[in-house]
Amino acid sequence: MSAAPSLLQVDGVSVRYPLRRGMPGTRERTVDALREVSIAIPRGGRLGIVGESGSGKSTLARVVLGLRRADAGRVLWDGEVVDYGDAARLQGLRRDMQVVFQDPFGSLDPRMTAGAAVTEALQALRGPVRREAARMRVLQAFDEVGLAPALADRYPHELSGGQCQRVAIARATIARPRLLVCDEAVSALDVSVQAQIVNLLHDLSERHGMALLFISHNLAVVRYLCDRVAVLHRGRVVEQGSLITVFEQPRDEYTRMLLAAVPEPDPALARRRASR
Amino acid sequence: MSRAPLLEIRDLEVVFDTAAGAVQAVGGVSLDVHEGECVALVGESGSGKTQAMLAGLGLLAGNGRAQGSVRFAGQELIGTDEAALRDVRGTGIALLSQDPMSSLTPHLRIETQLVELLLDRGLATRAEARERALEALREVDIPDPAARLRQYPHELSGGMRQRVALAIALMGRPRLLLADEPTTALDVSVQARVLDLLANVRANGLGLLLVTHDLGVVAGLADRVAVMYAGRLVEVAPVDELFAAPRHPYTAALLAAVPRLRGDDGGRLSAIPGTPPRPGEPVAGCAFAPRCAHAVQACRDGRPVLRGLEPGTGVTVACHRPLAIEAQPA
Repeated sequence: MSAAPSLLQVDGVSVRYPLRRGMPGTRERTVDALREVSIAIPRGGRLGIVGESGSGKSTLARVVLGLRRADAGRVLWDGEVVDYGDAARLQGLRRDMQVVFQDPFGSLDPRMTAGAAVTEALQALRGPVRREAARMRVLQAFDEVGLAPALADRYPHELSGGQCQRVAIARATIARPRLLVCDEAVSALDVSVQAQIVNLLHDLSERHGMALLFISHNLAVVRYLCDRVAVLHRGRVVEQGSLITVFEQPRDEYTRMLLAAVPEPDPALARRRASR
Repeated sequence: MSRAPLLEIRDLEVVFDTAAGAVQAVGGVSLDVHEGECVALVGESGSGKTQAMLAGLGLLAGNGRAQGSVRFAGQELIGTDEAALRDVRGTGIALLSQDPMSSLTPHLRIETQLVELLLDRGLATRAEARERALEALREVDIPDPAARLRQYPHELSGGMRQRVALAIALMGRPRLLLADEPTTALDVSVQARVLDLLANVRANGLGLLLVTHDLGVVAGLADRVAVMYAGRLVEVAPVDELFAAPRHPYTAALLAAVPRLRGDDGGRLSAIPGTPPRPGEPVAGCAFAPRCAHAVQACRDGRPVLRGLEPGTGVTVACHRPLAIEAQPA
């Protein structure tokens, strides 16, 4: 096949964490956080990673971002193996690959205004920018994520959770990354705000051809955002495929259990399930 | 209703004294819970749902004050002294909280935590209490209960911890269980079991007040649903009515914003624009009006009161312009 290489390819990645250390001289016990995980995202593609706590989904994000070394396997970017030890290459990769975490307050510096936080991200990723140009660019980013310009002078504690998450998204997307990693990025938000942020991520991805690696314990959210999905269970990908295939015709036992366990907002359906 | 409700909340108000002045977290809440009934109190963060629940038990933070009336089995709890409240807690009303890791005491064995209430109150001998503890663990489907009694909370999985917390709550044979987001911290695969156990609790005749933001959980468990927004009830309805034909625009918008596994095309989620008012922010008229697609001037001028709509439906709504039933698909 001579198709264009995937934007991101994770190839047989395994990660082991040491458990509590045993007696001196005994072998260290380990737990496999990831076992030979392989996933791929094409340019502009949106891959959902779903799994329960301890499935390894956050470890996968950390490996992709270079925050955790893989014990085996490799990560390819644009078809080339990524050397996370190469500082110069890593700086370029940081620009191309950004992340939004779960906790909207915790991911912002409490002493920095929203505007300063976004400006900082722009300068860190694009180098020095003239003041007026930076201001224009930051206001444009605010507009794009649905924040009023007046909020630029506010500190995180003066913003709602949804507004903080928009600031985090503005920071992550201002340098136009090609991939946005979202680690439970909408999980801490109220339902009404969660819907706004899901739609925002979808729009940004469409508008800029930005790929998404969307990690979530909430299967239903993934359905509104991703085109493909991979199910992680105890560090293994037990099933992956197009959204429709995995959700409508799950082949794996665990996937079926997971889908069946989601409490649906439909009383009649819930009663049918309970009487089964 | 013929029988008196187990829990009767009338015109409940909760105010917190803060550095920025008095902040009202809950206003004008009236709600009943009957024996064997599950009432869900639904709202987003800051809506006041948890404070409304804690007020009756005298468990507000030190700077919180409750006014109005909360009666349990006819006994007024608001303004009651601590000794009388202690008699109600555990044996009359029990509490199951969100995070079992913080509701369980980390350095005490499961047995100690299970029997504590009975021994403290002199309700049982140690041997009787231990028997009851084993029975309580069996009731919540804990395998090998005798071995569990010797264990510490950290030795159990998250789902098992929450089931142990439920067993502890049921030790005093309470008549009412207050459950605050009981499944929010759990993985979906273990959520279902905890929900089944709560359904059993209700089937055994206990009243259940379920505080949650999760409408999926509500659909499977509640008989009636009370929706809170900005500290006030906006709609109270039987569960089928509420999901099939929400009358308050906030209820309808909230239902529409829930991501689902089926039933729509998975296209765009229907979001509610804007954000709720912050606690303490002065609100003239309906607190939802600034975000409501149906709002007219009257909504901004006067606060709507909770009133019954069609007789016999059991639906009450606080809205100047409730959604018409005929607009809803059958």
